[in-house]
Amino acid sequence: MAELLQLRNIQKSFPGVKALDGVSFTVRAGEVHALMGENGAGKSTLIKVMTGVHTLDSGEILLEGKPIQIKSPQDAVSQGISTVYQEVNLVPNLSLAENICLGRESAGFTGIKWKEVKERAERAMARLGLNVDVRRPLGSFSIAIQQMAAIARALDVDAKVLVLDEPTSSLDRDEVKQLFEAITKLKNEGMGIVFVTHFLDQVYAVSDHITVLRNGNNVGDAPIDQLPRLELVSMMIGRDASALESERVAKDPIQSTSFIETQDMGHSGSVEGVNFTIGSGEVLGLAGLLGSGRTETVRLLYGIDSANHGELKIDGRSASGHKTSKAIASGFGLCPEDRKLEGILPDLSVRENLTIVLQARQGWFRKLSRSKQDEIVQVFIDSLRIKTASPETPIKNLSGGNQQKVILARWLAANPRLLLLDEPTRGIDVGAKFEISALIEKLRKEGMAFVFVSSELEEVVRSCTKIAVMRDRKMVGMLTGEEASEEKVMSMIAGGEA
Amino acid sequence: MKAIFTKERLPIIATSLVCIAIYVAAGLKFEGFFSLRVFLNFLTDNAFLGITAVGVTFVILSGGIDLSVGSMVGCTGIMTAVLIQNKHLHPALAIATVLLFGLLLGCGHGLLIQKFNLPPFLVTLAGLFLARGLGLWISKESVQIDHPFFSALAGIKISLPNGASLPISAILFLVVLVAGIVLAKQTRFGRTVYAIGGNESSAMLMGLSVGKTKIWIYALSGFCSALAGVVYTIYTSSGNALSGTGLELDAIAAVVIGGTLLSGGYGSVFGSFLGVLILAMIQTAINFDGSLSSWWTRIAIGTLLLIFMLLQKGIEVSARRTSKKAGH
Amino acid sequence: MKFRQSNLFWPLMALLGILLFNLILTPGFFHVEMRDGRLFGSLIDIVNRAAPVMILSLGMTLVIATGGVDLSVGAVMAIAGAVAGCLIARPEGCILNALNVHGSIPAIIAVALFVALICGIFNGFLVSFLEIQPIVATLLLMVAGRGVAQLLTDGQIVTFNDPKFAALGSGSTFAIPNPIWLFVIAAILIGLLARKSAYGLFVEAVGNNPVASRYSGINAKNVKLTVYVICAVLAGLAGLIPTADIKGADANNVGLYLELDAILAVAIGGTSLAGGRFSIAGSILGAILMQSLTTTILTRGVSAEITLILKAAVVVIVALFQAPEFRARFARRRAA
Repeated sequence: MAELLQLRNIQKSFPGVKALDGVSFTVRAGEVHALMGENGAGKSTLIKVMTGVHTLDSGEILLEGKPIQIKSPQDAVSQGISTVYQEVNLVPNLSLAENICLGRESAGFTGIKWKEVKERAERAMARLGLNVDVRRPLGSFSIAIQQMAAIARALDVDAKVLVLDEPTSSLDRDEVKQLFEAITKLKNEGMGIVFVTHFLDQVYAVSDHITVLRNGNNVGDAPIDQLPRLELVSMMIGRDASALESERVAKDPIQSTSFIETQDMGHSGSVEGVNFTIGSGEVLGLAGLLGSGRTETVRLLYGIDSANHGELKIDGRSASGHKTSKAIASGFGLCPEDRKLEGILPDLSVRENLTIVLQARQGWFRKLSRSKQDEIVQVFIDSLRIKTASPETPIKNLSGGNQQKVILARWLAANPRLLLLDEPTRGIDVGAKFEISALIEKLRKEGMAFVFVSSELEEVVRSCTKIAVMRDRKMVGMLTGEEASEEKVMSMIAGGEA
Repeated sequence: MKAIFTKERLPIIATSLVCIAIYVAAGLKFEGFFSLRVFLNFLTDNAFLGITAVGVTFVILSGGIDLSVGSMVGCTGIMTAVLIQNKHLHPALAIATVLLFGLLLGCGHGLLIQKFNLPPFLVTLAGLFLARGLGLWISKESVQIDHPFFSALAGIKISLPNGASLPISAILFLVVLVAGIVLAKQTRFGRTVYAIGGNESSAMLMGLSVGKTKIWIYALSGFCSALAGVVYTIYTSSGNALSGTGLELDAIAAVVIGGTLLSGGYGSVFGSFLGVLILAMIQTAINFDGSLSSWWTRIAIGTLLLIFMLLQKGIEVSARRTSKKAGH
Repeated sequence: MKFRQSNLFWPLMALLGILLFNLILTPGFFHVEMRDGRLFGSLIDIVNRAAPVMILSLGMTLVIATGGVDLSVGAVMAIAGAVAGCLIARPEGCILNALNVHGSIPAIIAVALFVALICGIFNGFLVSFLEIQPIVATLLLMVAGRGVAQLLTDGQIVTFNDPKFAALGSGSTFAIPNPIWLFVIAAILIGLLARKSAYGLFVEAVGNNPVASRYSGINAKNVKLTVYVICAVLAGLAGLIPTADIKGADANNVGLYLELDAILAVAIGGTSLAGGRFSIAGSILGAILMQSLTTTILTRGVSAEITLILKAAVVVIVALFQAPEFRARFARRRAA
């Protein structure tokens, strides 16, 4: 196969960090090339160098054998390197058709030829197997359709290389399948595709070749059939594969009086029929695909949305007009799904981020003394092994896993009764994942209750004492004890019989 | 067939209804309000506001703000007058110079905002001070223009039936308006402005020339306000450095009342035209009444602005609700 | 090295530069003397004249730190001034005549500040509960507020002759002009609130990430509401100074453009207009810097319009020096 895009010996540094230390990467025509690595491996930096978001410090880029320079995202696109990101990077206020054609629509004397734009967009969507009204504003479509529009846009130019940066995170299974069909088709047309994802299954389903990065270095580069899963994972985390084998923590049946009870709780349009109880020392897992109603259930419990039918009882009393402030007053805490947008206070220090919940509870006029703050912060930095230059470092300078630990610590410092963990391990490295799991188990034994949401089934099964399974915005069952196995949960998610 | 009453069009429909309601109400109350002459005066008396508002619409559509337009009108007005009267420059040349000045100053705003990522608000605030200071420095006194070419220019008009006529300032306003509508709807520049207002970083990742467009947006606004300054000099046959005080607020009010969201991305140039008409009608109605003092204009505009903000909010909330449903 | 990276560094350098310029070129600039039990001199004059903007900038700092901005402070100054003027002079036909405070100064101040407080609640309600963008929400009162002030004074300058009230603007206590005292009191109160209570932390948290703050248990709505209330009350206080000084309520001119000065002072002082971290000391420094510039120009006999142009230049330069993009370019050039 012909080498399409070659990156040779790429170096890229940011203040204080060497993100890429001599990385080489080659995409051939007609292949899907998976780029793997844990957070901080340099994956996203490499993608950004390729797509012109970052300029490289040294090294060279060759496209079809000729050295090129990529000065901006626009430049990358014009040279034939198109990118589709995890977040849909289109504009919601314009029509779907405009989103596909904007910037390269043909124009005559009277301006943009709207009819041509519409037809072109319809063709592009049809190529992906979709037939939608392209004149509607993009924001009125589901995320999946928006993602497809982003791919259609990338295809609309004469792209040679298509970079897919975690494109499947917001898609359901059918949509992923549809996407993979499109990818395979494009591959057969001779396009080079760079595929970044966290899902191992998807890598093996669609890729031809894998490159693995760790700490800004190449650690692996092999055709897919020469790199078994276990080896891939151990390359990614730089640790012996056997350490990954973990047993489900043996659990005694939990005997505790529940303080939360839901009866057919729901919120129109987001989630229905939620029935469960939670008592101290329990970890309730919410299993299901993305968009199955997991996060929505958490939002109801935390009073972000209020249930408009069914009932939520806290300590035996009906919690009508449940609000976030009431949830916090009842001793609930939340580590939100979107750490960046809903979790961290990016410019504030680790110390301030860590004590904010405690301080909010104290109120405006009883400020925690500085020595008290320092003491609390030190305790958690030590016990959770938070890696930070100092407690005064702005939290935005920490890695994702360490940010997550600070957010956990912010709540642990306030000793909540119930901690809602929505994807607490997403986007963090495997080591930190295990530490967080172990921490949950320890606190559970001390009597804290958890609601645990994760896309990784294995993790849910390992950490939870009981599992509520969600499907299509409904709770479809509750599994406890021996029943709560991966196979059983999976079949319930899939909607089949056990 | 596409529905006319879609949610995205609600603001502009509301604006149209308010516009008609005020017109009818004032027309029924005040004799002679319905005459063509009064209507044409809306355009003539507010031509400088309207031209400014067209430029400001683009800025706001992109999610920015331009506070410098009012003092730009004063500055370019006095500059025109002094160039013609004291420096004996030919009016055509003087006007060209002034328009170029406006364009360049706007460009300067755009460059600072774009290249150094400074807040538009702060940069154009500096522009406000700069233009006002420059204008006052040129001349604190009002300068009368007395030049045959200029008088001829000021005398241009299109005659209409019933002895009414459309003077040059109103003509210029309408030309700028039409140009603005076409620019927003039919050109890549216009669509990029909407895209930037919708989501700037996405627009950048889509490979649109966000930087260049942003600079041009402010240049356009600078140019429009300079043209408004020229129109104002034509309208009053004199230049005054203090003219246009507070105009930035009226322009922003007109744009918002016209249905453009201040967060950018949604709105239209035609809506701003309706906004200008509404402001003009309120002012005229208060003048017709005679017993109401001038500050009622301010209070009325403020109240109207409040109502429209609440309306925009309502639409935003209901839109968010729908998209949430669509998203899952 | 650390101090050079501080946001206070460049404004402080600029201020020192101006003072140095005057030290060399303006004889007697640093001369301070005692006359009739009051200190006189250019330096005192600078601080005295800067007092209204300094008071405004205290509140504006908090508002900007929450990611907002208050454009209505100038109009609120005019309203508070009009209220005070009308209460003292009781012009014919004024709606405030229904309220007779019998010329009691504390009552007059209290009523004026109370009216300002209502303005603040209005702004804060729009911003925090209706979630309207701050620029627009406060634009409303900026447009309509001066109209309301003119309504109270019937478009006239309501003059009065009350030496006790006038002393707020032109008198002195312990040799220091009263406006400076008003500022000092306000600054101490705000300083205590910001740094000795947790309020400052909450303001920064809300400005930095409102959603995360709410999820952490901070009542973000109340925080936002209160910053606008504080800002408006301080604006009301600031509005009393020029009113007392000229012994008249001038609804047209009191506080005109001062919202801009206050915002500039905050920006110069290093508080990001995007919200988050704030520096009250920086804002005060910013206000003094601009007044020093103005006074210097006036004492050099240069025409006053140049002040506006220079203000524009200062804003751009200070903003540039604080912009990471500019610093990066500057550093690259120096390294090359």
